[in-house]
Amino acid sequence: MSRYLFRRTLEAIPTLLGTSVLIFALIHFIPGDVTSAILGERATEEAAARIRALYGLDRPLTEQYFIWMGNLARGDFGETIRGGIPISLELSRRFPATAELALIALFLATLIGVPIGIISSIHRNSLLDAVSMFGALLGVSIPIFVLGLLLIFIFGVELEWLDFVGRIDNDISIPTITGFYLIDSLLQGNLRAFGNAAGHLILPALTLMTVPLATTARITRSTMLEVLGQDYIRTAHAKGLTRRAVIVGHGLRSAMLPIITIIGLQMGGLLSGAVLTETIFAWPGVGKWLFDSIVARDYPIVQNVTLLVAGIYILVNYLVDLLYAFADPRVRVAA
Amino acid sequence: MAAASGTETKQDRRVTPLQSVLLRLWQNPNARLGGAIVCLMVALAILVPLLDAGYDPSRDRNLRARYAEPDCLIGWGLRTLEGEWSCDHPFGADKLGRDILRRVGHGMSTSLRVGVFVVIIATSVGSLIGLLAGFLGGWFESIAMRIVDILLAFPALLLAIALVSMRGAGLMNAMYAIAITQIPIFARLARSMAISLRSSEYVLAARSLGASEFRLLSAHVFPNSLAPLIVQATLLLGTAVVETAALGFLGLGQQPPAPELGKMLAESQQSLQSGKWWVMFFPGITIVTIVLGFNLLGDALRDALDPRLRGQ
Repeated sequence: MSRYLFRRTLEAIPTLLGTSVLIFALIHFIPGDVTSAILGERATEEAAARIRALYGLDRPLTEQYFIWMGNLARGDFGETIRGGIPISLELSRRFPATAELALIALFLATLIGVPIGIISSIHRNSLLDAVSMFGALLGVSIPIFVLGLLLIFIFGVELEWLDFVGRIDNDISIPTITGFYLIDSLLQGNLRAFGNAAGHLILPALTLMTVPLATTARITRSTMLEVLGQDYIRTAHAKGLTRRAVIVGHGLRSAMLPIITIIGLQMGGLLSGAVLTETIFAWPGVGKWLFDSIVARDYPIVQNVTLLVAGIYILVNYLVDLLYAFADPRVRVAA
Repeated sequence: MAAASGTETKQDRRVTPLQSVLLRLWQNPNARLGGAIVCLMVALAILVPLLDAGYDPSRDRNLRARYAEPDCLIGWGLRTLEGEWSCDHPFGADKLGRDILRRVGHGMSTSLRVGVFVVIIATSVGSLIGLLAGFLGGWFESIAMRIVDILLAFPALLLAIALVSMRGAGLMNAMYAIAITQIPIFARLARSMAISLRSSEYVLAARSLGASEFRLLSAHVFPNSLAPLIVQATLLLGTAVVETAALGFLGLGQQPPAPELGKMLAESQQSLQSGKWWVMFFPGITIVTIVLGFNLLGDALRDALDPRLRGQ
């Protein structure tokens, strides 16, 4: 196990470094000078040169890269170009917003998707199976921006049940403890704030959870079908175990690993989805911020936040791999 | 049972692999639905630009028809009774009075062409890289697959956004950007196929008969890895359509006034809040239908091509 751990860790590091090089290269190939984003199109050459010197953009590219890496190693994310706000400060406000949305979406997707998949696999080829699998296919096929607008129209505009702009009403304030509004408002015992935050969260969470929910249900079904066809399942039935014990204890237990892997892999999709969801619902999170920064060429934000996002994705998949190896001896022996 | 015995009698008459795949597809209701949707959409995508060749998106405005409601399609019975039946705008009109049916038709045509183009680039470049990596191994494989890993570690849409902003917003750049995000998926798939085929007995046999590396790759490995690549390509057609529309939605794809489904959806946001649902609904349902069609067909193709399911 420790050998596998060592090997897998050694593999994750070059991926992360390669990612940082790729991000750096992409940003510095983006045409259009940062200076014109700060000073406007009609800036004088001296002013532009001053700005370049200020941000170290006049140095050789390799040097700029190592300065960036050095700053990161000290935990220094730098400042935004427009506004000069420390990126770590802005990140501490925005990251919980995206994390709350994404975690709720992933949690609900798992909570609903896994049972749907199991039930479909048990009642294979029944009407129930056909309906839920068609629903899952529809869920994979409906783009986030179509679903979001549809939900806004039905529940926000026509029925006026739920809010669809921002995280909370402007006149309600919650002191930041964790940054998760649902938790912070409960810690405070402020039920009005909790209800308001939940009312804002439901539509974006529904929008973001549809794809992972549908994917989880489909994968759970196909994995369960594969497992339930195995000989040891027949043996378990034959020795007189209850149906529930066979399906949960023998079937689900071995199907769990591929399901966990897929849930981990959803992370990348969730982050792409967050860009669109946050744009539609004016959600003050990382996705919208990153998109705006790419368009505005605010390169310190793009460079650091993209690396953070890719890093989280690599880390999650690394942990999933470890979990896999921990639970399945064949993986670590084969490696 | 009837279907199963039908398969057996057909197989007695020595059906070719292609025939057996087509038969299995035909027996799957999802495949028939998906196939029908895809055929209809492709036919429309070809016909609309031919039949409506004179369409000029910059002269399409008609302010007298601003936000005209869908007429003959919805509320049809009511209006016929009142005697004011008309069919000027079956899907309604947007804030500039442009006919939504016409724009959806042209937009869908664009989306499909973009999707096909993206998948052709991604499949050919990705498979070439993957097959070479899997077949040759060595340093080429290490470097190529490390790059593939890195590209896959990025959320696809963010990578596409970054690539587009590098080259400037526009339909062509959006297309290339999305193709680049899909190349690693094909490269990884083709590599795994090449690795498993490299050591298969018939490749060894061909090699021992003196076949060149190029011949092994082109005559043996490539044709036998086609099936999974085709399945993946069908499924990614839907993804390509969605991602192009997503870039359009974010303002990075097709620039106005040319009609594009994602852009139309972005423009529908303000009218949505005053209850004008049709501006959003028709482009939205069109994208969903296209993607659903490709996904149904891709899923069914995968089942039909999966040898483990044969004989069930």
